[in-house]
Amino acid sequence: MKSRISPAVLRGSALALAAALSLTACGGGGGNDAGGAAPEEVSADDVQAALEAGGDLTVWAWEPTLEKVVEDFEAEHPNVDIDLVNAGTGNDQYTALQNAIAAGSGVPDVAQIEYYALPQFALAESVKDLTGYGASDLSDTFSPGPWSSVQAGDGIYGLPMDSGPMALFYNTEVFEKYGVEVPTTWDEYVEAARTLHEADPNVYIANDTGDAGFATSLIWQAGGKPYTVNGTDVKVNFSDEGSTKFAETWQQLLDEDLLAPISSWSDEWYQGLGTGTIATLATGAWMPGNFTSGVPASAGKWRAAPLPQWEEGGTASAENGGSSLTIPTASEQGALAYAFLDYANVGDGVQTRIDGGAFPATSAALKSEEFLNSEFEYFGGQKANEIFAESAQNVPDGWSYLPFQVYANSVFNDTAGQAYVSDTPLKDGLKAWQDASVKYGTEQGFTVSE
Amino acid sequence: MTTASPPPATLGTQPRPAKRAQKRTQKSSWSGWLFIGPFMAVFAVVFLAPIAYSIWLSFFRNQLVGGNGFVGLENYSQVLQDSQFWSSLIRVVLFLAVQVPVMLLIALLVALALDSGRLYGKSFFRISIFLPYAVPAVVASLMWGFMYGTRFGLVGNINSALGISLPNPLSPELILASIGNIVTWEFIGYNMLIFYSALSVIPKSLYEAAEIDGASQFRLVTAIKLPAIRGAMVVAGIFSVIGSFQLFNEPAILQSLAPNSISTYFTPNLYAYSLSFSGQQYNYSATVAIIMGVITMVIAYAVQLRGMRKES
Repeated sequence: MKSRISPAVLRGSALALAAALSLTACGGGGGNDAGGAAPEEVSADDVQAALEAGGDLTVWAWEPTLEKVVEDFEAEHPNVDIDLVNAGTGNDQYTALQNAIAAGSGVPDVAQIEYYALPQFALAESVKDLTGYGASDLSDTFSPGPWSSVQAGDGIYGLPMDSGPMALFYNTEVFEKYGVEVPTTWDEYVEAARTLHEADPNVYIANDTGDAGFATSLIWQAGGKPYTVNGTDVKVNFSDEGSTKFAETWQQLLDEDLLAPISSWSDEWYQGLGTGTIATLATGAWMPGNFTSGVPASAGKWRAAPLPQWEEGGTASAENGGSSLTIPTASEQGALAYAFLDYANVGDGVQTRIDGGAFPATSAALKSEEFLNSEFEYFGGQKANEIFAESAQNVPDGWSYLPFQVYANSVFNDTAGQAYVSDTPLKDGLKAWQDASVKYGTEQGFTVSE
Repeated sequence: MTTASPPPATLGTQPRPAKRAQKRTQKSSWSGWLFIGPFMAVFAVVFLAPIAYSIWLSFFRNQLVGGNGFVGLENYSQVLQDSQFWSSLIRVVLFLAVQVPVMLLIALLVALALDSGRLYGKSFFRISIFLPYAVPAVVASLMWGFMYGTRFGLVGNINSALGISLPNPLSPELILASIGNIVTWEFIGYNMLIFYSALSVIPKSLYEAAEIDGASQFRLVTAIKLPAIRGAMVVAGIFSVIGSFQLFNEPAILQSLAPNSISTYFTPNLYAYSLSFSGQQYNYSATVAIIMGVITMVIAYAVQLRGMRKES
């Protein structure tokens, strides 16, 4: 044999090179080992000093009203330059954020994270515990629902930016045309759905193709507690009373085809809200802004009402959506980033955002006369904030999301969603969802019980 | 790699020149590497490294609780027992078995029609049939998704105009066929072009000879054209097999319109995507990708072997 480099040897060395490359890549990715050590201590003076020193901040958020807040902040602090990036809405942004964190580069200094997704980031220590930044003094600043949503264990992992106490938005034109009363209980809601759909087969009480956030919110309102989280001990069970109430009521709507098979946020959805095909929408108080921009032609036709009740005469509500601003652990500008958080969510930014149509999370703003008395042109001059503020007060305690809710929500349609398109009962669908969550949780190292 | 044989020994002791020659070959082989070095470096970084990295990833498991750990081949055994993975694979195999023959047959018919020279406005037809291929798959899916809408889409319009009730193309039963329709629409032009270019290099003299022999048009097709483009058909077949196994864009786009019909494990690629982007299961996702890569390679190779054997 001739002594030349054999192809095999070459292939081997190329592989070794590649492996070495990937090793370094891996080493770079393992940088998020912040551990459960004591939270950083950053005093108000440090924050002030950082503000004076100035610097560049990268903020990842999709909330439109933040643009004005950033502008004002920069005007007030000329040394600070903020780059506001829309890295996607909701899950898209979390994916980008998680990838950036895993890669160890390109991580923003501030990131918007919805309440349901925050436990996942908190558990992985991907976002900073703000207890040492002075956030622990803010417990009376925010309304209780959002405030409890940013806490996990002993830590405070973000400052609440907005909240989504639920209300029922309805198209007055449709209800008047068919002489139907606006439902105050979910049983009446099912009745109204039948009457409307019978009167005009093109009219549906609502659209629903299976939405995890909506389903969990209604279970929350019904007093259900399908998720119990205690550190890494997790319990998932959808057979409690609240979950059953939801499943049974919704089953009637599904069986009788009373829900429009239109996915929220699709073109068809906006059209449906405009044409009267979709008569009601039960969702968070952040919706008015979307009505104004998404369905401008229907201004004056829609109104807000309290969320229908599970028990006659009840007042219970629930949160749907809402998000916080957080500081990723990888950010090296914690103090400056906190200064922005404080400005946007506690300071002057709050009023700026209310003026822009956002729904606040601070108690003071929720109780202010100006806020409560503001009339919504879109809702025919209705003082809708009174309803929303009332709803915010009546959110049942003790709800928690899973520390892997982002994943769980992503498989809702694989499991519970089947009840919307087949004969599978919703109850079984929820059980399948439970099983999928349990399986994933167990694989991820949680101690999961049912 | 063929090696240069040592120069024939002419005089004197045989071993020495042979040895020298061997040395020279060795030297020249090294300078050869110098030339392809830049290529090999790029090749290693952009082709081999990602594959090696995926293989590396597939030996680990990173958990939300407990962190990263070496698990050997556990991910592989888990994927092979994963019913979601198998259901996604079976779905694309079904897709492959139905959609690919339909698409290739139509593309072939169109190419033959264009090649027959009897079509009026040939270049117009050629460009219009090819046009869908120029539309990005994402845009095509959005467009079709809108047409499939039963309330405000084209299907909805037909329903209300004619007072009928067409089956919902986005229902779980029909979604695979609807996706097949989109893919067929997109790729007929592409395959037609492959066939057509193969057809147009057939020497005219063959046709003339056949004509003298009194062969019919049909006979011309079966005896000359089809055998002559077998190679092109194999190539188109392999591309289509790979394309089917990699089905992703169309279901991913339609998912937002039909979330209950298109599961997160609808196709193997979509499954790998959901695993890493919704579930942060990068390692498991890499394993799915590697297994799918191997399966695709084996099947594409089988198609090639079979096609080539017939040719010879």
